[in-house]
Amino acid sequence: MSHIPTPGQSTPQTESRVSTSDPFLVVDDLTVKFPTEEGQITAVSGLSYSVARGQTLGIVGESGSGKSVSSLAVLGLHDPKRSQITGSIKIGDQEIVGASESTMRALRGNKVSMIFQDALAALHPFYKVGGQLAEAYRAHHHSASKRDARRKAIEMLDRVGIPQPDKRVDDYPHQFSGGMRQRAMIAMGLINDPSLLIADEPTTALDVTVQAQILDLLQDLQAEFDSAVIIITHDLGVIAEMADEVLVMYAGRAVEHGTTKQLLTHPEMPYTWGLLSSVPDVTADTDARLIPIPGNPPSLVNPPSGCAFHPRCTHRDKVPGDLCRTEMPALLPATIGQGHLKRCHLADPVAIYQQEVLPEIAPELVEEN
Amino acid sequence: MFAYVVKRLIAGFFVVILVSMSIFALFWYGPQEPARPLCNLETSQRCTPERLEVYTESMGYNNPIHSEYLKFMKGIVAGRDITIAGRTQECPAPCFGFSYATDRPVWGELKDRLPATISVAFGGAALYVILGVPIGIAAARRRGTLTDKALVSTFLVLSSVPYYLFALMLWLYVTIVWQVPGLSDTGYVPLSENPAKWAAGLLLPWLALGIFGSTQYTRFARGSMIEALSEDYIRTARAKGLPTRTVVYRHGLRAAMVPIVTIFGIDLGTLLVGTIFTERIFDIQGIGLWALLAVGDKDLPVVQATALFGAVVMIVCNLLVDLVYSALDPRVRLS
Repeated sequence: MSHIPTPGQSTPQTESRVSTSDPFLVVDDLTVKFPTEEGQITAVSGLSYSVARGQTLGIVGESGSGKSVSSLAVLGLHDPKRSQITGSIKIGDQEIVGASESTMRALRGNKVSMIFQDALAALHPFYKVGGQLAEAYRAHHHSASKRDARRKAIEMLDRVGIPQPDKRVDDYPHQFSGGMRQRAMIAMGLINDPSLLIADEPTTALDVTVQAQILDLLQDLQAEFDSAVIIITHDLGVIAEMADEVLVMYAGRAVEHGTTKQLLTHPEMPYTWGLLSSVPDVTADTDARLIPIPGNPPSLVNPPSGCAFHPRCTHRDKVPGDLCRTEMPALLPATIGQGHLKRCHLADPVAIYQQEVLPEIAPELVEEN
Repeated sequence: MFAYVVKRLIAGFFVVILVSMSIFALFWYGPQEPARPLCNLETSQRCTPERLEVYTESMGYNNPIHSEYLKFMKGIVAGRDITIAGRTQECPAPCFGFSYATDRPVWGELKDRLPATISVAFGGAALYVILGVPIGIAAARRRGTLTDKALVSTFLVLSSVPYYLFALMLWLYVTIVWQVPGLSDTGYVPLSENPAKWAAGLLLPWLALGIFGSTQYTRFARGSMIEALSEDYIRTARAKGLPTRTVVYRHGLRAAMVPIVTIFGIDLGTLLVGTIFTERIFDIQGIGLWALLAVGDKDLPVVQATALFGAVVMIVCNLLVDLVYSALDPRVRLS
């Protein structure tokens, strides 16, 4: 087994939460292709990242950037007959690309579990919440009786803060509020003490106060279970609160990767700048306008030539020649920060960010400098 | 749940009353001389205007419609004596009058013919589901593959053949051309009399209905299953690490059954009201054939009774569908 160095591994921990363990999940050069009605698409290409236990990786990107597709690959949820998956995904020390269905089934919901967005659609409308939790428990505890599983379901509902769990265990999902459904979803994801938890936009369908509660809950539970967490979102607020490390994806590729601090304080890729510019700021002047990223997410059937972001990039004229259009930039170390990687041709992104981008999105920070 | 059933039963009762009124009015105002068919029959086609007037008067067609309707309804509940052209007959409850063609009480004939129709309908409908649904599920699970395409196109071709042609060919080949032993003598023998003969005589009509109906159920189950399997909760079930069988049947099929049950209820109702072609081709003395002959003979009491019977069957089937529906989907229970 060859040891493949991955960007995540070389990232030093800036915060006090230094993890001593090896990465639990190592994704290396992952490519996922599958056919759609418009033709074959490469939903994820050459993606590499790793997460250690106790750590949180945030994956950010627009719809269709490949953030969910790459996570479904970690659970082996792509139809093997329709999709082509290459590269390597190691959970613990187990290679799961090409692993059998029964191997995957033993992992899913057990060592690795996933929390989906929109819990109303993701929970089965015809079965009781407790029954669905118990089913997840019994799928990996074959000797557990129905009564044991029910007790476990009540315990988990209690753990995620559902009031009167011994009564609510017999409710159907539609009898729960949106926040409670998401809590139940989390309880189901954690019922088998997973080492890796993937949360796919866990707060997207919720209002802001509930969103904060759910994020707090996730953090508490992560500390308690010492799991590795991947949080998929397009909300940089969620990233700022939750993630130790951030991976920005665009058109199926990593375009910037670093610690949360690195990415939020000195991002070096124009797409990340765009994401930061489009975050509303409650402390800002109410007249301040959000700056959207121009254009639309790229087609994955016919991706743009060169850098996939170039048609929407307002800084491409600063790159000499036609480089952005003709050549795909490699994912290389960024100017500032150890382990910080970016995929961009700009020669001096730090200066552009300081002089052009920052004054627009956070003028108060510029004055301080 | 119980309150819901009671509510639905009361509502159903009022619908039956309403339907009985419409049917009564239809047969009252519809024919220009409603008494003529019986008059013609009983006078061997020598129904003079004077005779016709006697029949019209004694059959109550000169009275106001509402009083005659009440008499009709009272007959159903309590029975009554019917006097036509000087001849009085006792008609026990539930009284739907006497068949012009046979001079027997309509209810008695209905009762005699019902077991045959029920046998044909339930057997055929069971075959629909037993053949159609599993094939549909199999096709859905192999969506887009050659197997799926072959199944879908085969069933599309089969279901484009008119039913009467299909049933007739089946009868022709099995009973005349191949003379399959045991199956050649179709018809209805009461179950209580001889179960083996009952089944043998009905096997062909069951097959005709079942195979033909299953083509629709295959397509239906396939579509419904594909939709269910693409739901988010199926992805959740797989992400929990459940075995494929559990995902497909416990999570997928449960949801896919809801629209199938709805259609099945309506189809079963339609079969119970009478399978005219099936009964005609396979020589089964059921409700459908009876209604068909009654229309030809202008046998108004029989036509009226079969229409009312059809309405009641459809109302009951719809109620059953709703009950099963609410048992399947907890979201319906509360409303």
